[in-house]
Amino acid sequence: MTILFLPRFQAAALAVWRRNTLVWRKLAGPSIFINFGEPFLYLLGLGYGLGLFIGEMMHMPYLTFLASGILASSAMNTASFEAMFSVYTRMIPQKTYEAILTTPLEVQDILAGEMLWCATKCVISGTAILIVAALLGAVHTWHALWVPPVLFLIGLCFSGMGLVMTALAPGYDFFNYYVTLVLTPMFILSGVFYPVTSLPVALQSIVQLLPLAHAVDLIRPLVAGLPLSNVPLHIAVLAGYGAAGYFIAVHLTRRRLLV
Amino acid sequence: MSSVVQITGLRKQYNGQEVVRGVDLSVPAGSCFGLLGPNGAGKTTTLRLLLGQSPLNGGEIRVFGLPIPQAGRAVRARTGVVPQADNLDPDFTVAENLRVYGRYFGIAAATLDARIRELLEFVGLTDRANARIATLSGGMKRRLTIARALINDPELVVLDEPTTGLDPQVRHMIWGRLRDLRQAGKTLLLTTHYMEEAERLCDELIIMDQGRILEQGTPAALIRQHVEPEVIEVRGEENLARRALESAGDGRFEAVGDTYYYYTRDAREVVKRLEGMPGLTFLHRPGNLEDVFLKLTGRELRD
Repeated sequence: MTILFLPRFQAAALAVWRRNTLVWRKLAGPSIFINFGEPFLYLLGLGYGLGLFIGEMMHMPYLTFLASGILASSAMNTASFEAMFSVYTRMIPQKTYEAILTTPLEVQDILAGEMLWCATKCVISGTAILIVAALLGAVHTWHALWVPPVLFLIGLCFSGMGLVMTALAPGYDFFNYYVTLVLTPMFILSGVFYPVTSLPVALQSIVQLLPLAHAVDLIRPLVAGLPLSNVPLHIAVLAGYGAAGYFIAVHLTRRRLLV
Repeated sequence: MSSVVQITGLRKQYNGQEVVRGVDLSVPAGSCFGLLGPNGAGKTTTLRLLLGQSPLNGGEIRVFGLPIPQAGRAVRARTGVVPQADNLDPDFTVAENLRVYGRYFGIAAATLDARIRELLEFVGLTDRANARIATLSGGMKRRLTIARALINDPELVVLDEPTTGLDPQVRHMIWGRLRDLRQAGKTLLLTTHYMEEAERLCDELIIMDQGRILEQGTPAALIRQHVEPEVIEVRGEENLARRALESAGDGRFEAVGDTYYYYTRDAREVVKRLEGMPGLTFLHRPGNLEDVFLKLTGRELRD
């Protein structure tokens, strides 16, 4: 018999978030170094290098165009990888959830805590990118201060989706399918490196169904200092994917762990 | 006496195979209650079910009078669990393991700090508070797992094979601590396949096999009821042993591999006879729970 459930946010989820924060703090040095080092390479190498040939794209310097795309796509990657590889480690080999499930917490609390943590990680690494981009002169407005909360939302979106994969995964190799078939095409097609409008029209409408395109559309004007459009739509798409992922992941994870 | 755990007609199946087939049991408050059985008897499954970690296929469970799995959250808040395999958090130190686990119960920071100090003292790990989990021995990990189970000051402590794989020093220490807990008024529910452990700790126990309860009672009563008070184990040449034991009188004879068992009410006669047979070595001992267990569950190997 399948028990119907109503996942609800519990303060208990914060205990899971605090657990992960404590682990992160132990390795904060190296991970902050990577958080700053990687965007430096990307933005200097691609932004300046390609920028020399490209000049402007959609009325902004290519460095700005690229930095805003990278902000959104790196949030996607951070959340997805944390929700897949790290969560899988805690769920299966490390048996962290087995221990947590003997406390008052339930699966819905654990996964809510994991999503909050993934989103937090996106804010940390994304803020580093934003600082690097600002130092390189790619950020054109104080509106960029809105970027971190948007990164949080992007983190919730992609961690929800990633948790579904984790609940289904028989092993780490399984994640390669999702990376190759979902994340990479989205990364290439969603307007990170070039405008979506340069794609064939049929493909453009498909891309508009993908969450990363909406993430880019929210972030880019905030970095470039251009007017935002369709904000409720973008937020709804990101929140919708995240919520759907959460509900499905809770259902599947319960089936997997509570046998 | 009120029951802390009340189970009636419990059934559970995995992939069409029934692993718990109509279990009824009642754990009195303040007692130490043992679940004995060979591997695959359904002990661990029964524990998982009563913690609300697994949907039941039939029957009813009440813990503290609350229905499971509906009240799982509330029941687990008042219960401590020592799982069969250690699942300490390898990312943390000894003290951090207790702190992080305590937060899952929503225990306030100040209370938690005091309790961590007490519990580390209780299990003798005070000087290891800042050690990484990977540096602990098996016995230390088990003691830490027991401390972790007590972080919420539980009324009921559920222990799944608490001393499996530990050396005698650690086992005796853990037994002492479990007796302390019982003294402090906590209810203990443990599974084991160490008969010595069950005999020493349990006020009452049930013997399970293949998802069913075979027997229930106090260790002494079960021994009285199922085996003769004296047992002689004999090793040596087969013909000699058979001759010595089979003609001995009204006792019960059993051959297992190269060992011959003789169960009797009065062993004096046989002992005298065996002392005159230098080709045989023998052990004369009282009947124990292991004899009961093997008699009820048979001697075939389980996996």
